[in-house]
Amino acid sequence: MTVSARAATARSHEENLIKPLTAFRPKLFVGSLISGGVMALLFYSWGYQIFNDIGVAGINRPVFWGFYITNFVFWIGISHAGTLISAILRVTQAEWRRPITRCAEAITTFALMIGGLFPLIHLGRPWIFWYMVPIPTYRGIWPNFRSPLMWDIMAITTYLTGSLLYLYLPLIPDMAILRDRALKETPKTLRAFFFRIMAIGWRGTPQQWHSLEAGIKAMAVIIIPVAVSVHTIVSWDFAMAIQPMWHSTIFGPYFVVGAIYSGVAVLMVAMYLLRKGLGIGEYLSDKVFNNLGLLFLAFALLWGYFTFAEHLTVWYGNEHIERLVFNERIFGKYSGFFWTMMVTNVLIPLAILPFPKGRKPLGTAIVGLAVLVGMWIERYLIVVGTLSYTRLDYTVGTYAPSWTEMGIFVGSIGMFLFLYFVFVQTTPIVSIWEVREGHHLEVKAQRQALAASREEP
Amino acid sequence: MTRWGMVIDTDRCTGCAACMVACHAENNIQTVGEVEAGKGRAMHWIRIERYYEGEFPDIKVRFQPVMCQQCGHAPCEPVCPVYATYHTPEGLNAMVYARCIGTRYCANNCPYTVRFFNWFSPDFPQPLERQLNPDVSVRSAGIMEKCTFCVQRIQGAQDVAKDEDREVRDGEIRTACSQSCPAEAIVFGDLDDPESRVSEFAEQARATRLLEELSTEPSVIYMRGGR
Repeated sequence: MTVSARAATARSHEENLIKPLTAFRPKLFVGSLISGGVMALLFYSWGYQIFNDIGVAGINRPVFWGFYITNFVFWIGISHAGTLISAILRVTQAEWRRPITRCAEAITTFALMIGGLFPLIHLGRPWIFWYMVPIPTYRGIWPNFRSPLMWDIMAITTYLTGSLLYLYLPLIPDMAILRDRALKETPKTLRAFFFRIMAIGWRGTPQQWHSLEAGIKAMAVIIIPVAVSVHTIVSWDFAMAIQPMWHSTIFGPYFVVGAIYSGVAVLMVAMYLLRKGLGIGEYLSDKVFNNLGLLFLAFALLWGYFTFAEHLTVWYGNEHIERLVFNERIFGKYSGFFWTMMVTNVLIPLAILPFPKGRKPLGTAIVGLAVLVGMWIERYLIVVGTLSYTRLDYTVGTYAPSWTEMGIFVGSIGMFLFLYFVFVQTTPIVSIWEVREGHHLEVKAQRQALAASREEP
Repeated sequence: MTRWGMVIDTDRCTGCAACMVACHAENNIQTVGEVEAGKGRAMHWIRIERYYEGEFPDIKVRFQPVMCQQCGHAPCEPVCPVYATYHTPEGLNAMVYARCIGTRYCANNCPYTVRFFNWFSPDFPQPLERQLNPDVSVRSAGIMEKCTFCVQRIQGAQDVAKDEDREVRDGEIRTACSQSCPAEAIVFGDLDDPESRVSEFAEQARATRLLEELSTEPSVIYMRGGR
């Protein structure tokens, strides 16, 4: 490939990937409007709950936690998509990661923002949530660091800060590209101003590249243990309590695996939609879907193993109260949920993903949707399935979500889609410079191979 | 040191529920109405659990009044992120209503399910607000509450004793439930005082505690099996 041809490819990458930002796309616009409307449902329902008190939710005694905590765990779980894909693949230098890191990191950030809302939504008095924040005030109130909820706050704020940084760092060179174009084409607009701010003076000097790469590398290594700790701590909200089928030592790793599993599921669906909607199949290629599909399969098996181990030990141990919850889950009141979960989380993935034909975009997206349903059910079973049964038989209860809770749940999905739609329209969803870099590395490798073959006698 | 405890003689309990009524009156507990109660939101700091043995006509009913067990190792305490529930030096699980932000984690972690959440603010229609106990705060929506062992009475008696420069006498403090029990099945006192009535009961063979296998060290002792 000649020098000018290579420059042309680099330019075409830029053109292809910037297109969604410059051209008006009715689909994206309508999508943002609709999802924005659905998001409004979240804030309407939440406002309604604040004005009319927490009682408008369906939670009761003994099921003190319901939809809100289910959704909290669900969204925090999804936030593990970005970390795994991006950080682990970066650390191991897997080349096929390049086109997908950014859309994965965006999932992390947005899912975390939504997941972080739910503990606030679920509070009885959300306006004094800051009692949990260690601010030294004259009131002398200091949070209780023995409480897993405090660990949650620490872990989630750390993770949110880290993943925002981790999303932003690789964004800087792309923002500079956009800034340069915007300054040339439409100077003195809000758009140009926005990109100027976001590019924070990036000029692409060797010194800057060096710092950026060092920063990205450091963040990739830091964010992995942070992510693992986050979902471990979320699981400890349950495991530290003495309730039946919560008080389990494997909950930490079990939840981390489940979180990554649901995160990959969202990523598969998102990648499918991005490929369809933006016409960037060249980058989100079948190879990427195939590789991610294999990872997905590995997590399906891991999750299945953990679920089996967890339930087998409870059944074998046969403690009275654990057995009660277990029986209701497998054979009784919640068996419909449980077996649906087994179908969506184990049966469907194992029927589609082991086959190369199944690891195509559509196949993986279907499995992704199924797993999302299943993982939501898993959290619901853990929260409500346990709390419905109490040690003193006299207080056994039941739970049904109210309209407020459902509105907030549906609204949270709308919020995620809305944030993603906005992101796609303001940011290149495939990292331009990373794709370019990959392209250069490939050319370099080809050249070296060529030179080596010539040198051979 | 004082360690407040209670003895409940289930062999004497007739299940009349006078204790529940007295508790409501003493502690300004809201009545939620039948719709809310149907959702499982009824609030009774003390409840009478009924257990049936045998088939009709040859049936035996056993009553078990259950309130906060004021555990020595209370599962509810460490999980509260804001110290709204904590352990007093006298062995009580105290609630600081003003601190409670309503995570409801404590209630989830209570094996006795004796914590109650204010889903809505209480409504005491005229003239009911006139019977409110001035020594006890009225809790608004979003706050957890539970049996306090009538801490206002404990403190009242301790104040009087201090003024008279003496120790609190055994039997001087009576909780509302204990005071109203016609069968005198409920006794309140200091478990650390070997002379007290509760200590005497605690040493009998009939003494037992609820869910002792969880090592929560409850301060409520149930007497059963004597009939």
